[in-house]
Amino acid sequence: MTNITPEMIREHGLDDSEYARIKKLLGRDANLVELGVFSVMWSEHCSYKSTRAHLKKLPTKAPWVIQGPGENAGVIDIGDGDACIFKMESHNHPSFIEPYQGAATGVGGIMRDVFTMGARPIAMMNALRFGAPEHPKTRHLVSGVVSGIGGYGNCMGVPTVGGEVNFHRSYNGNILVNAMCVGLARADKIFLSAAKGAGNPVVYVGSKTGRDGIHGATMASAEFDDASEEKRPTVQVGDPFTEKLLLEACLELMATDAIIAIQDMGAAGLTSSSAEMADKGGSGIELDLDKVPQREANMTAYDMLLSESQERMLAVLKPGREDQARKIFEKWELDFAVIGVTTDTSRFVVKHKGAIVADIPVTALSDEAPVYERPFTRPTPLNGAPAHDKKKNVLASLQEILGAPDMASRRWVWEQYDHTVMADTLQRPGGDAAVVRVHGTKKGLAITTDVTPRYAKADPHEGGKQAVAEAWRNLTAVGATPLAVTDNLNYGNPQKLEIMGQIVAGIDGIGEACRALDFPVIGGNCSLYNETNGEGILPTPAIGGVGILKNVDRMATIAFKRQNDVVILIGETKGHLGQSIYLREIEGKEEGGAPKVYLAAEKKNGDFVRGLIERGRVDTVHDISDGGVLVAIAEMALAGNIGATVGQAEIAEAIAFWFGEDQARYLIAVPFSEAEKIVAEARAAYIFVAELGKTGGDALILDDKDSLPLARLRERHEGWFPRFMAGEEIPLTN
Amino acid sequence: MKSAVIVFPASNCDRDAAVALEQMTGNKTHMVWHQDSELPEVDLVLLPGGFSYGDYLRCGAMANQSKIMGAIKAHAHKGGAVLGVCNGFQVLTESGLLPGALMRNAGLKFVCKPVALSVEETQSVFTRKYDKGQSVTFPVAHGEGNYVADAETLDRLEGEGRVMFRYQDNPNGSARNIAGILNEKRNVMGLMPHPERVVDDALGGTDGRALFQSLIETLS
Repeated sequence: MTNITPEMIREHGLDDSEYARIKKLLGRDANLVELGVFSVMWSEHCSYKSTRAHLKKLPTKAPWVIQGPGENAGVIDIGDGDACIFKMESHNHPSFIEPYQGAATGVGGIMRDVFTMGARPIAMMNALRFGAPEHPKTRHLVSGVVSGIGGYGNCMGVPTVGGEVNFHRSYNGNILVNAMCVGLARADKIFLSAAKGAGNPVVYVGSKTGRDGIHGATMASAEFDDASEEKRPTVQVGDPFTEKLLLEACLELMATDAIIAIQDMGAAGLTSSSAEMADKGGSGIELDLDKVPQREANMTAYDMLLSESQERMLAVLKPGREDQARKIFEKWELDFAVIGVTTDTSRFVVKHKGAIVADIPVTALSDEAPVYERPFTRPTPLNGAPAHDKKKNVLASLQEILGAPDMASRRWVWEQYDHTVMADTLQRPGGDAAVVRVHGTKKGLAITTDVTPRYAKADPHEGGKQAVAEAWRNLTAVGATPLAVTDNLNYGNPQKLEIMGQIVAGIDGIGEACRALDFPVIGGNCSLYNETNGEGILPTPAIGGVGILKNVDRMATIAFKRQNDVVILIGETKGHLGQSIYLREIEGKEEGGAPKVYLAAEKKNGDFVRGLIERGRVDTVHDISDGGVLVAIAEMALAGNIGATVGQAEIAEAIAFWFGEDQARYLIAVPFSEAEKIVAEARAAYIFVAELGKTGGDALILDDKDSLPLARLRERHEGWFPRFMAGEEIPLTN
Repeated sequence: MKSAVIVFPASNCDRDAAVALEQMTGNKTHMVWHQDSELPEVDLVLLPGGFSYGDYLRCGAMANQSKIMGAIKAHAHKGGAVLGVCNGFQVLTESGLLPGALMRNAGLKFVCKPVALSVEETQSVFTRKYDKGQSVTFPVAHGEGNYVADAETLDRLEGEGRVMFRYQDNPNGSARNIAGILNEKRNVMGLMPHPERVVDDALGGTDGRALFQSLIETLS
């Protein structure tokens, strides 16, 4: 047997104290296979060892939550016996190394997390962050990631209905690819991963096991350096065709009552799926690797246990149901093998070629995994805003902003995603939230992903709050009642005091906002060590939110719909310019404090707007976020191809009014007859409200003097992305 | 009108097609598995969109080898109506039921968006409820919809009134802006845009309804 050396321990991403703990748990030295098993199960990616102590503080309960964090995905009750299952997960590191396959397998992995629980995936979203546009790798990464997401999702026939794409130099060496999947199931047919009971067959279904992706979970838990691109063999290759078959076969098997537990083989493959199922079921598990369908000859036990080959599932069946299950998988031309049995020993035992190659107490891989209360320094939030040139022309700035990399239309991206397959997409990409109909009903699910990393950098706590508040606001703006979120926490190295401080403050902020808005966290994923050569990314706690529309006939969209509608601003405008898009794009300053999120105002203003939509009184709503009021008006005008004449209200200074990024605000557009009533009702409820002007014409007209034709604005807004990708807009710097 | 939708492995617009057919006809649609060798008694066979067999090989090449294709060809040869949408169109060109081929989009990217089409020909069971020259909007969602055929075939298609739909703003590089064609016997049509995604106002249009109404009126 191989002796475990300090080098081997380090190569497995473990430190000496962790190995000492392993020895104690085993009562002996580990062998190489066991070391590999521990390394993946104790990796940050699988064990959440740096964040677990803090994640516990998040609110996870509500009467409509069927399943909170801890399963493959969270589940909420959406009425009439329907359940919505969703989760967001990162595939950052693989996507930087091999953008197409990294992004594609990220999509495949999160879909499996959702359909392993019994849901048919009905919508995909994603939150993407790339380096500066002028960085020489950015275009290649954008192109690869977008086609990878499309390549997988389009083949699966699940609409990709929206997401976020941002650029910032802090992601130059470490892009973020966060994919979210939303699925639909019956509330009484949810499948969990607890392998309860002994003597039940453990079956392997899906693709064969190869040597791909070995140590992916460990890679995802390490910083990058210049040699990282040599890690290409650890990136998995996706096969959406097999996944589509696996989806249909699993749903067919789930229609029977043969399954005790089922879980997809994601990060750390066979090891983590089998150990987690045994752990949750309070049982033991014994695997015979000779029975595992293998793609290559001479695979070792180490290879098979750590392989991250895609499109595989592990299920525990009721005894005697193997043939029924086998027939289904054979029909779909997928591998099916009984590879083990559950036991009552509470041990994770693996056999290969007749010998026992691993024998570990199940709890050593789960509860006994280290949890670190890592030291941190509480971040000092930045405050205020730097001075700006008050004489700048407002409409010229608007035109500039709408054509900026972070603000330009994402049409180039989402036209590569099939967003209308399944024939239930009611709101396509480009609005506040996407809406997909619950098939065959009048209900709709609203879906959004949000975070503003520049706020989270300036003030990690307010940034966490803001991500939640914006998700809640986006769902509200289409008329949905926000129900729950999944979080995807992307940060740098948690062993650095200030980074750990960002994480702690971010989680606190998320928790505070979720509690105040009755918006529980039902699942999530952490991606740490997003650093290259010691430089961390902007803190990026992405929030995926889901809400319900009871009647999709009463739904709002951002597009202006009629001439002469009154444009009304709801929510208080103070003109906060710190960390604003305006300062960054026009003055070149990434400075100042993040806008404060007043959660009571968020709730009050949002509930007011949603009430108007639900009663059929308002059909045109846009939340105000990046870029402020005037950017929101411009987006509404472009979407409806109707101009507007608007004037400044409330505060004095034009630039702060039009481009300030105060939170808790919405714009609505309603016919004149309704406008007066709505303004009166808002005032009666002590909600800040102001009439800004009216819709009409084919230009934006400001204060009755300055005018900007929509056609020119559209050219700016739509033009940047295609020109950038064609290499025309921004010269690359080397 | 009775209809069947063929389900190849990784067809993914099969449900959408069935939903549209059921909504338009009021009849249950037969879902026919690719390994079956016989079709039920139906008036229309619809080959849906998707990525049959993953389309890792030439699109539709594997599907053309599947068991059910024999029955589909026999149905077509007897004069039965066959409609291929998107991947279904690719399968029909592979099978020789329609001429030409569908290549990678000229822009090399998958493209999903509503496109404006001109109805070129109304003398068919598929399009008689449209007006000649009418402009309709259907979504496209494909990576390989670039229709190609030799000049002689294209001339023949045009001369015989077998170009059914043309793109007004060509999204994929198709020869002569062709979006959909008919066979010689005028009972088999293939098109890249998705009529089944535009039969419900809530989804952004109902321009596809007339296609199904044309079939219902003729075949019921």
